[in-house]
Amino acid sequence: MAFDYEKYLRPGKLPHIWCPGCGHGIVMKGLIRAMDSLKIGTKNTAIVSGIGCASRLPGDMDSCTLHTAHGRAAAFATGVKMAKPEMNVILVGGDGDGTAIGGNHFIHACRRNIDMTYIILNNKIYGMTGGQFSPATPTGAKASTTPYGNPDPAFDIAKLAIGAGATFVARGTAYHAAQIDKLIAEAIQHKGFSVVEILDDCPTTYGRRNKFKSVIEMMNHLKETSVPVKAAEKMTAEQLQGKVLTGVLYKEERAEYTTEYAKVIERAQAK
Amino acid sequence: MSRYELRFSGDGGQGLITAGIIMAKAASIYEGKQAVQSQSYGPEARGGASKSEVIISDDPIDYPKVTQCDALLAMTQEAANKYSHDLKEGGVLLIDSDLVKNVPPGNFKTIAFPIINTAKNDVGREIVANIVALGAMVALTGQVTRENAEKAVLSSVPEAFLELNKKAFSMGFDKAVAASA
Amino acid sequence: MSKKVAFLQGNEAASHGALYAGCNFFAGYPITPSTEVAEVMSAELPKIGGKFIQMEDEIGAMAAILGAALAGSKVLTSTSGPGLSLKQELIGYGCIAEIPCVIYNVMRGGPSTGMPTGPSQSDVMAAKWGTHGDHPAICLTPASVQETYEEVIRAFNLSEKYRTPVMVMPDEIVAHMRERIVFPEKGEIEVVPRKTPTVPPEQYKPYDTSFGDVPPLAAYGTGYKFHVTGLNKMPDGFPTTKAEVVQAEEERQVRKVDANVDDIVTFEEYLLDDAEIVVVAYGSTSRSARYAVNAAREQGIKAGMFRIKTFWPFPDKQIKALAQKAKGFIVPEMNLGMCANEIERNVQGKAPVLGIFRVDGEPINPDQIVEKIKEVK
Repeated sequence: MAFDYEKYLRPGKLPHIWCPGCGHGIVMKGLIRAMDSLKIGTKNTAIVSGIGCASRLPGDMDSCTLHTAHGRAAAFATGVKMAKPEMNVILVGGDGDGTAIGGNHFIHACRRNIDMTYIILNNKIYGMTGGQFSPATPTGAKASTTPYGNPDPAFDIAKLAIGAGATFVARGTAYHAAQIDKLIAEAIQHKGFSVVEILDDCPTTYGRRNKFKSVIEMMNHLKETSVPVKAAEKMTAEQLQGKVLTGVLYKEERAEYTTEYAKVIERAQAK
Repeated sequence: MSRYELRFSGDGGQGLITAGIIMAKAASIYEGKQAVQSQSYGPEARGGASKSEVIISDDPIDYPKVTQCDALLAMTQEAANKYSHDLKEGGVLLIDSDLVKNVPPGNFKTIAFPIINTAKNDVGREIVANIVALGAMVALTGQVTRENAEKAVLSSVPEAFLELNKKAFSMGFDKAVAASA
Repeated sequence: MSKKVAFLQGNEAASHGALYAGCNFFAGYPITPSTEVAEVMSAELPKIGGKFIQMEDEIGAMAAILGAALAGSKVLTSTSGPGLSLKQELIGYGCIAEIPCVIYNVMRGGPSTGMPTGPSQSDVMAAKWGTHGDHPAICLTPASVQETYEEVIRAFNLSEKYRTPVMVMPDEIVAHMRERIVFPEKGEIEVVPRKTPTVPPEQYKPYDTSFGDVPPLAAYGTGYKFHVTGLNKMPDGFPTTKAEVVQAEEERQVRKVDANVDDIVTFEEYLLDDAEIVVVAYGSTSRSARYAVNAAREQGIKAGMFRIKTFWPFPDKQIKALAQKAKGFIVPEMNLGMCANEIERNVQGKAPVLGIFRVDGEPINPDQIVEKIKEVK
């Protein structure tokens, strides 16, 4: 029997706003399969986003959904989670939203290790505003604001998350659709702040400018440039040149923020 | 009008804001009068000139700042120079005699004794110099009774330091009485 | 039975007022001269099972209270000028998404870092015009420690009643001065609860105007699944660009306050019955004004004071009425004429409006006001 995505979607809200060939829908389906596999339900799940193409994802999901301001998803979500620690809180957003204007909230959510899952759809570009370069755009790439090639170096978002203190960090790609739900499910189950970076494509504003002839070529690029962590262990530095690692990149157990705050309440009330 | 205006001035970190708060608390909570305490300080948490003002009255207090000062405490020369300009004729100026060598001119009563050294040598801890000064101001201004002021001191300091502060307060009160005799 | 009294600072009183009003969530960022509120809330909230969080910046603090409010909390943040500027985008979010919250902003010298420890009243325009777009604005300007306590409670009540952000803006003098405060008994001051839905979850729409201009607000995690966005939205919470819906929704949001001005606006009239000269003042400046009015009366001048307690919505009706009979208005304020402009807008040239404007970090003293009163006389 085919998987029933519709029970997680708001009736009458589709079609989504994404362009043909955009990988965001693949990630949304992965999220739905992950939620379904964990049986976490929709009533007690908040899906929070910022601004941008990826941030429109919550609107289609039949849950407690919060489409906030540009960059602020992690801070709004922190308020939701602190107020109701029993809720599952999932954040969704793009690379620009999360690591430029929202970079401060992102690293501090990592540091606090607050029990939320942040799915970053990294298509290396500001898509909604028409293709300006983001902190994830590769050096040299063309964007509407880098007509002579991008002079900026790019963030490695997964490394940034690990450095800032996230206790579960994984990376997948929109090409590897079957892996996405597994990574997201493991992230949601992890007690602490988990980050799942999904390398995605934007044929409309990135592909066009950077000589990708088709969506298929962009998808193949995601496939060809990524290597599973396990496989990478057996590869030489030379072989890994220009590749990104996928899978669970980092995992540790560390005190979780809302649990720690519950202890603050206990201490205050014991006085 | 029963309005009485006090100003506690010195360096930030000398505890003068606390001294002002306790004076106002004594008047408002224990003496049953009206009192307002306000302060001004620089952007730093410590150091720099600092003042704490207290208005005491039988009636509701509107303007919360000093208009014409009835009693001024100056714990440094800088404070004495800076804050004595609006001291009333016949008002009271209390200074630390070790730190304020040039007494500002004016038609007011100046009382001087080594406040910080009293705290250091007679009470045993320099940190309670503000309470020594408060005891003296209570004695010199007569706005609150000695008993009510002492209650306000004891309700404002950590339990472990009750005796120390009590001693500091009494010492300041008595020294001021002796110095103004 | 004698009531509990204490000798408190304005900021401390504000915190206790919030707790009386049922505040159970605070997010903030340290900033002079409002930090005492965060300090008190960090100590008091966990005692009642509430939550305190110090966020990474001012914007994050504003975002966190909005998120917590949607999860059912009664929320407060505190800040001062520079922080207010940073929070403004999300204050607009609170207005359009109609999220009850209270922003306590202590006015210090500005713009920018300005004079962090000096008093000012120069944020009153930012309270209305700081965030972009048309939106409802409620801003209260208390003048004493007791009133700060009570106005914070009223701010929570107004934010719940009208489902909109409310600001309380003491100047630094009121925020930092200490006075005796008498705590009300439980139940003595009304506390307005949030209007929550009566319909089952499947019928719930977060902006359903069939319940009036202020629709009920559900909380996340209570079985109600709904969407909230900062985009212009339809009654069901989903974005729309439909012209007629956008127009109607914008007008409704502003109407929540505009149609209820008489319920929201509060003020004090002091010796105004026979006053020829009206001093209009708010916050700590009103205390200088009262002193000055008394001094002028002693000199036989018929002066009185109109004290603004609710700065936004502005007491237009009352000022217009006073303009019919007053010989002149005097507006002392710690800015360069923000309130005076509003007075002129209402007086419409019927009487002179003289300002006393100070931005040097010093309070306006009563003598300055007395001198100005004599000028009109």
